[in-house]
Amino acid sequence: MATVETLYLPHYPDYPIYISFFKNVSNAPFLRQQLLEANTAFEYAFLDATMILSPRHLYAATFRALNDAVHTRLKSRNIHSELVFSLSPNNNIADAYRRFGIQDSTTSLLAVKIPLSNHDITAESVSKHLGGAVEGESVAFGEEALAGVTDLKALRKVYKLDSGNKGGGGKKGKKGAEVVVNGNGVGSGKDERAEMEGVILGIMALKGT
Amino acid sequence: MSPTKPPLVGASTPLPLPPPFSHSALRLLTQGAEALVFHTTLLDSRTPVALKYRPPKPYRHPLLDRRLTRQRLLAEARVLVKCRKEGVLVPDVVALGADEGWLGLGWVEGATVRRVLDKWVGKRGEEGEGELMGLMGRVGRAVGRMHEIGVCHGDLTTSNLMDSPADLRSLAGDIVLIDFGLATQSIQDEDRAVDLYVLERAFAATHPVAEPLFQEVLRTYGESYKGAKVVLRRLEDVRMRGRKRSMLG
Repeated sequence: MATVETLYLPHYPDYPIYISFFKNVSNAPFLRQQLLEANTAFEYAFLDATMILSPRHLYAATFRALNDAVHTRLKSRNIHSELVFSLSPNNNIADAYRRFGIQDSTTSLLAVKIPLSNHDITAESVSKHLGGAVEGESVAFGEEALAGVTDLKALRKVYKLDSGNKGGGGKKGKKGAEVVVNGNGVGSGKDERAEMEGVILGIMALKGT
Repeated sequence: MSPTKPPLVGASTPLPLPPPFSHSALRLLTQGAEALVFHTTLLDSRTPVALKYRPPKPYRHPLLDRRLTRQRLLAEARVLVKCRKEGVLVPDVVALGADEGWLGLGWVEGATVRRVLDKWVGKRGEEGEGELMGLMGRVGRAVGRMHEIGVCHGDLTTSNLMDSPADLRSLAGDIVLIDFGLATQSIQDEDRAVDLYVLERAFAATHPVAEPLFQEVLRTYGESYKGAKVVLRRLEDVRMRGRKRSMLG
């Protein structure tokens, strides 16, 4: 059995979302193979957790996938591939899988299941299936779980968050999204993740528009 | 936009909302000519947002209406993301329904500069004037930074500037610019000067005693980026003629 969190996104109370987080996963190649073979028993979004910044980052991709599914305008095969696609800053699905999806080398894994109207799927059934399929340590998903896992540098690169810095521009003291412009120190204690999150959510929301 | 404000009473038949939203989960905050703004949450229950919804206009052809709404919504979202990337403080774009006409914006705590000024004018106090000047200075720098990255706000009033302090009782917060519904990506001195002119008029409209405060805004604006001095000179032209430039060809 694996730990499964059941999530309900605001405004979508009829669509449960099941999230499972695993560390020290040892059979990523097997899991990836199931996706490549389109094994119907493995209809999940399998994400490399190093590319997830925060719960909200994941929820934003989930919301977009669910919202687009409900409006019947998915750009990819199903809602799970759409979730992976939603994370990506560009419109290339293969690229999205390469960056955010499970790799053979993945050890920290997020499995997300969105059953839509299939009521046979429950937290228990997901827990049972993942518990048997994933060889790894099941951990409760949350900010703390991601804290030591996220690869901030890789995320900055994928979302091009440092583009304001490079090119040796003559703009003095400009440091991308990290600069607090006009505060006098009191309200400027926002940490790096919060800053990155704001920009990333915006980039994801604008993708494909 | 304070979360403590009582909800405005809507029309007797509530406006239909785009799915997945329903009135039960939304609280109307303000209504403008183009959009309604609601308070709600998105992504999780701990993420408050301002949901900006541009309802369809029945007098326009539906196809044209959808296109215009979509275009304007996207323009606003793009400008916000640009600002956010460049470190200009604006609300986050949390989610977007471009075809449905809504935009989910990260909630900004604090009070509008307009409210801060009204309160100060009401008290008529000399007390806290230093603090207030500090606030004006931050307004000037915030506007300057926005102009520096090539964004003009288009409707720069004291109601569209939020003083967002970590401690809500003090004035010493970051200035967050809101409502980019009329914003454009422009580096023209004229557009920048018009932004300042509109803001100046907003100060003058609050109360005559607020007018000298604006000098402090202009002072820090002038020091905030390289092209600022030219814009201040252009502002004098704009003052002479008003915000509309020559309408001749």
